[in-house]
Amino acid sequence: MPAKTVVSSFVLAGAVSTALATLAAAGPLTKAEVDAATAAKKEKCFGVALKGQNDCAAGPGTTCQGTSTADFQGNAWKFVQGGTCASIELPNGKHGSLKPI
Amino acid sequence: MPLFKQRPQSAYAAFAAGLIDPSRVTPSVIAGPKGKAATRRYNVYRNNVTVSLIEALAAIYPAVQRITGDDFFRAMARSHIRITPPTSPLLFDYGRDFPAFIQQYEYAQSMPWLADTARLERAWLDAYHAADAEPLSSDALAAVRPDRLSDVVFKAHPATRVICSRFSIVTIFAANRGTGPIGRIDASTPDDALITRPDLDVGVRHLPPGGAVFLKSLIAGRTLGEAAACALEVSRSFDIASSIAEMIEAGAFTAAILGDNDDH
Amino acid sequence: MDAANRSEGPAIVPLRFSPLIGGVTGTSFKHEHLPAILAEGKQRDFFEVHAENYMGAGGPPHRALEALRRDHPLSLHGVCMSIGGPQPLNREHLARFRRLVDRYQPALISEHLAWSTHETTYFNDLLPLPYTEATLARVCNHVDEVQNAIRRPILLENPSTYVMFRESTMSETEFIRRIAQRTGCGLLLDINNVFVSATNHGFSPLQYLSAFPLSRVGEIHLAGHAEQFDDEGEPLLIDSHDCPVADPVWQLFETVIRRCGAIPTLIEWDSKIPDWPILKAEAAAARAILDRCYAIAPRAYRHAAV
Repeated sequence: MPAKTVVSSFVLAGAVSTALATLAAAGPLTKAEVDAATAAKKEKCFGVALKGQNDCAAGPGTTCQGTSTADFQGNAWKFVQGGTCASIELPNGKHGSLKPI
Repeated sequence: MPLFKQRPQSAYAAFAAGLIDPSRVTPSVIAGPKGKAATRRYNVYRNNVTVSLIEALAAIYPAVQRITGDDFFRAMARSHIRITPPTSPLLFDYGRDFPAFIQQYEYAQSMPWLADTARLERAWLDAYHAADAEPLSSDALAAVRPDRLSDVVFKAHPATRVICSRFSIVTIFAANRGTGPIGRIDASTPDDALITRPDLDVGVRHLPPGGAVFLKSLIAGRTLGEAAACALEVSRSFDIASSIAEMIEAGAFTAAILGDNDDH
Repeated sequence: MDAANRSEGPAIVPLRFSPLIGGVTGTSFKHEHLPAILAEGKQRDFFEVHAENYMGAGGPPHRALEALRRDHPLSLHGVCMSIGGPQPLNREHLARFRRLVDRYQPALISEHLAWSTHETTYFNDLLPLPYTEATLARVCNHVDEVQNAIRRPILLENPSTYVMFRESTMSETEFIRRIAQRTGCGLLLDINNVFVSATNHGFSPLQYLSAFPLSRVGEIHLAGHAEQFDDEGEPLLIDSHDCPVADPVWQLFETVIRRCGAIPTLIEWDSKIPDWPILKAEAAAARAILDRCYAIAPRAYRHAAV
């Protein structure tokens, strides 16, 4: 997809130097200062969702044990219950409903 | 001799056939001791397989589980497992087809944002297990001659992923990965997400308009000049400087490379 | 096969830790326990991990394992090799296993007498196999292949089972004894598995143990189990690893240690995982038995890898 827009070297050089200045400004001497500045900047710009959640969301591990839960035979469960989906809305009034549509 | 070789194979095949298919009868190749029945005994294995795989999907997709509640999630996961059981012994690789399954799952149609939320969770776990690499420093970029900047290409960090959605998946994801209270979420704002792991922590960032096209172009090996042009095509408000600052700060790339051709 | 393995001795990667000696206990390693474990500093206890959980390219799992490995001996416990299966071993998986062995140089290496992959499906469970001459030959070939790949003998673990195959022509203990004889592998004796299988199949756990080649045991597993019921309403035990070790299993453990002397012993706890002090106390209970019995019946423990 060749873009019709052309970004000149001049524009790019300006952008990179602004970017580097921003990064330098966000990199003071101590780690605490770095963290604080980083946090403040991220809050303003893009935000970082859920940094530092590694322990509680590490994904599945293997098993070498049996389970005493009986669940192999269950069939479809049509109703969303006890979840948070009802608080997630779309403008047309559709949101995660308690019933199948 | 071939018969001798095939017999154990058929015992395994008979045993395997009913493990994720509850409509099958207990295989006749097995028995309980002293003439006892084997139905409940065989069901132990069926439960072990199904329950452990449901739990594997729950561990990969905790936000999806919290959104739908346990009963719905387990039923949806069980349906998926029956159609698409794992093919690799590495469980953290399982469930790649689950977002596509959710997208067409009859009972999930009232949650059109759920499949993309799952895609974001899958990308999170891929970033978590990706190879470690030292992110690109701002010094490396500063070392490039200004008149050559438009020709620079970047090497993506192994953990870097970009996920785009018509829905507010970063907000939905962030609210549902923890256990805290959840307010009203408007699902209708399109969200593009950058997932990185410069060191130990996986970070998920919301990208501004044009940001996803910019990063995807760079990840695909396009030059900085081309990527910036593509991003501006998509959004006139695209801010090159802040996107460059952000991608370095996020650790999305590991190297800035200058090719030898001077065509640009 | 035995001789072939022995002749490979000099190629064995040297261990950073000397083999475990005497009354050493270990626990399943769970990431949530890492801060508490590291805070205690260097201990003589070992930790066991499932190999497959560390087969990702990088990230926090490897960082945690490196931190743990710095001060503690490691036991690498494979779960997914499907050694008991009808098809050839997954070469890619075997290569990953070998890389882990090279990287972390575990003091103990084990796998299961079970299968988990059929054709292209991975079932994520330790499934039982028929005990016949044909399956014996295949399992021995698979054990040889693993041992040749990692250039060390493995410990093969006896399974918990809930059914038996009609076509089986020999007992589990005979099957295991012949594998050990033919491949030179060591054995991981899971005493909870013995008790679970004995209850489920109506045999005596003591008779099983007396037929088991105890001299080849390089590690013992202890774990908790759950109770359900079979079609006839009689107890059917599930190897659930989600609770403390049961009293009869402790008694069997003491019997084995009295006969054999101290053997590295691991507490497996994989679901409903307790806080670290509770898991540690369970390991301490095992060590008390090891220490008590070691005084009575010392034996020069020879690690399978030496």
